[in-house]
Amino acid sequence: MADKKQKEVVKQVLQKHQHDKALLVDVLQDIQAEIGYLPKEVLVETSKGLGVPVSRVYSVATFFKAFSLTPRGRNLINVCMGTACHVRGSVKVLEQIEKELKIKAGETTPDLKYTLETVNCVGSCALGPMVIVGEDYHGEMTPEKVVSVLANYK
Amino acid sequence: MAKLKSFGDLETLKKSITGKRDPKKSVIAICNGTGCQAYGCKSVTAAFQDEVKKQNLADKVDVMPIGCPGFCERGTLVMVRPQGIFYQRVRPKDVPEVVAAIGKNSVVDRLLFTDRQTGAKVTHESDVPFYKKQRRLIIGNNGLIDSTSIDDYLAIGGYNALAKALKMKPEQIIDEVKKSGLRGRGGAGFPTGSKWETTRNAHDEVKYIIANADEGDPGAFMDRALVEGNPHSVLEGMIIGAYAIGSHQGYMYIRNEYPLAVKNMRTAIQMAEEYGLLGKNILGTGFDFTLKIQRGGGAFICGESTALMASLEGKVGEPRAKYVHTSEQGLWGKPTNLNNVETWANVPIIINNGAAWYSQIGTKGSKGTKIFSLVGNITNTGLVEVPMGTTLKEIVFDIGGGIPKGRKFKAVQTGGPSGGVIPESMLDMPVDYDELTKAGSMMGSGGMIVMDDKTCMVDMARYYTEFLEGESCGKCLPCREGLRHMKAILTGITEGRGKKEDIALLEEICATIGDAALCQLGASAPNPVISTIRHFRAEYEAHINEHKCPAGVCKIGAAAVK
Ligand SMILES: Cc1cc2nc3c(=O)[nH]c(=O)nc-3n(C[C@H](O)[C@H](O)[C@H](O)COP(=O)(O)O)c2cc1C
Ligand code: FES
Ligand code: FES
Repeated sequence: MADKKQKEVVKQVLQKHQHDKALLVDVLQDIQAEIGYLPKEVLVETSKGLGVPVSRVYSVATFFKAFSLTPRGRNLINVCMGTACHVRGSVKVLEQIEKELKIKAGETTPDLKYTLETVNCVGSCALGPMVIVGEDYHGEMTPEKVVSVLANYK
Repeated sequence: MAKLKSFGDLETLKKSITGKRDPKKSVIAICNGTGCQAYGCKSVTAAFQDEVKKQNLADKVDVMPIGCPGFCERGTLVMVRPQGIFYQRVRPKDVPEVVAAIGKNSVVDRLLFTDRQTGAKVTHESDVPFYKKQRRLIIGNNGLIDSTSIDDYLAIGGYNALAKALKMKPEQIIDEVKKSGLRGRGGAGFPTGSKWETTRNAHDEVKYIIANADEGDPGAFMDRALVEGNPHSVLEGMIIGAYAIGSHQGYMYIRNEYPLAVKNMRTAIQMAEEYGLLGKNILGTGFDFTLKIQRGGGAFICGESTALMASLEGKVGEPRAKYVHTSEQGLWGKPTNLNNVETWANVPIIINNGAAWYSQIGTKGSKGTKIFSLVGNITNTGLVEVPMGTTLKEIVFDIGGGIPKGRKFKAVQTGGPSGGVIPESMLDMPVDYDELTKAGSMMGSGGMIVMDDKTCMVDMARYYTEFLEGESCGKCLPCREGLRHMKAILTGITEGRGKKEDIALLEEICATIGDAALCQLGASAPNPVISTIRHFRAEYEAHINEHKCPAGVCKIGAAAVK
């Protein structure tokens, strides 16, 4: 069962979108923004609230890269792997972060401090390689800068 | 604000907006685009607001956050108008000096752009070499308005085209768009007017129109800049299109990775609704049109028309075979017209200036301008808008300033993951839909990734293949399995495990995927591989035969060299 807070979030988000089935992707985006990820119970709750099968909610939640079914860390790190960032060395930046945090892309540190993910272009290609932590954009990243940037996020 | 109920109301409103503006007042325009946010443009903007007050200049100077004018490389960009002064790389600490200079009618020398070729300082925006060869019909307006203010858009002639169009017959508008020669800016370059006509003539009362703002090509950000920086130009194009097609409900599908674009478009829609430019009985003409935003979920395939529509219906974004076109049966089975953001933004320009004027720009088969996102190993990274038919050389060298760090140009990839590489020998090629296709690449949405001699072409082919393998929806076998095998082979080559027969095998798989894939994601996926083999075969052979990466990118382990 979804706990009270989760239920409330689902209820509010569904209300905001007027229980429009077509807005499933938007609904899940907003729920995830509140809860941080999409626990199973929340998917069930969403399915009930919208009147669409759980299977459909699940397939949408697993199809799109933006959704996570497991808890994520307090700080979400997105390393841009888009082409512009790639040719400017984003692979080396990602490798350095992986080494520093001892996790791979797609994983979360055991203390739930960081989740490391990759993204394909955030539209700031001029400043590549881009690393986005939470809502902060860090441009012109290098492996050397990784430690000092991460230190800002506790 | 009361709703506008007639064309006369619109005129009156415009007059009152322009009447309130003091032409003698200077404007400090500060880029607040996503690119400049990484440079800290928000604190620069705040600093200007404080400083103008501090120096008692509030009645002489306005501070205006603007959308991305394109030259992201030199952010945060600050323009002082009407003087036309162009400052670059502005940081908060520079702000007091800039404001003081306005008071004294002088210029802060050290913040001016330096022309690398001549070493001279450039004071005026119009003299910056990056802008000089451009023709900025569409993106140029980004620099003139605060995108969150509909009044700013109205002040530069916004919604004039809508008023003009609503006085025309729908068929006349379609005819005008057809005559203009406008082709879709999102991928395939389909003639826009004909597409509108098909949807208009489809037998169904209910019709939809959609703007594709998914911008999936990693390394392209033209659409981001337009939606963020001039959302009303896209809206205006869509309302005109809806009227011409006979649609009353539209959608805008925006990439979720662009939070600012979503926010600014939401604001724009709300303001247009308040003025009665969207909603019921637009400008008292009896025409109704509403528009909803939907965010994507980070899937490249959702830029494809049928997958996008599936996703809009709240389903998994899988494409379908297009025996029946979406203009006949699209969203919810209804006739649906999908156009790219930039395509929509061209519409008001065509209506305002006429098809005859518009079709003078460009080449025989490709009319108008195109915005390119010039990125990668290039000196002046940014958005470049040029007439169709401008040569690659002009774009990369004259506007882009060539390759940095004293390195050499190697190739440019156009069309994103669906396109191909174009080598140095073809730099004189005029860029338009047909020339790019002939060269084995494509226009795509306008991404241009410049690569220098330290870029490994096999690694690039591997990169694109890996990207597409990850983004393949998995519905059809050729794409799902074919790309997996191609990636394995390419990875093998880059790791020193390449075999002699690999190149032929790659070519064979490419041919099969190209023929058999369900949608264009798969069908065009071989392009990067085929084009790198065609133009850089020697590089593949060096990896395979000599276990060497000539560009020094691939980590070919000693173990592999036996
Ligand atoms: C895999 C794939 C991804 C696409 N991504 C986009 C995109 O991000 N933006 C876009 O406008 N068109 C994209 N397209 C092209 C669209 O399918 C469609 O042709 C276009 O939006 C039509 O608008 P236009 O006629 O104005 O170009 C994509 C096509 C494919 C096959
Ligand atoms: S490719 Fe990284 S921001 Fe565009
Ligand atoms: S985002 Fe500021 S110039 Fe492009």
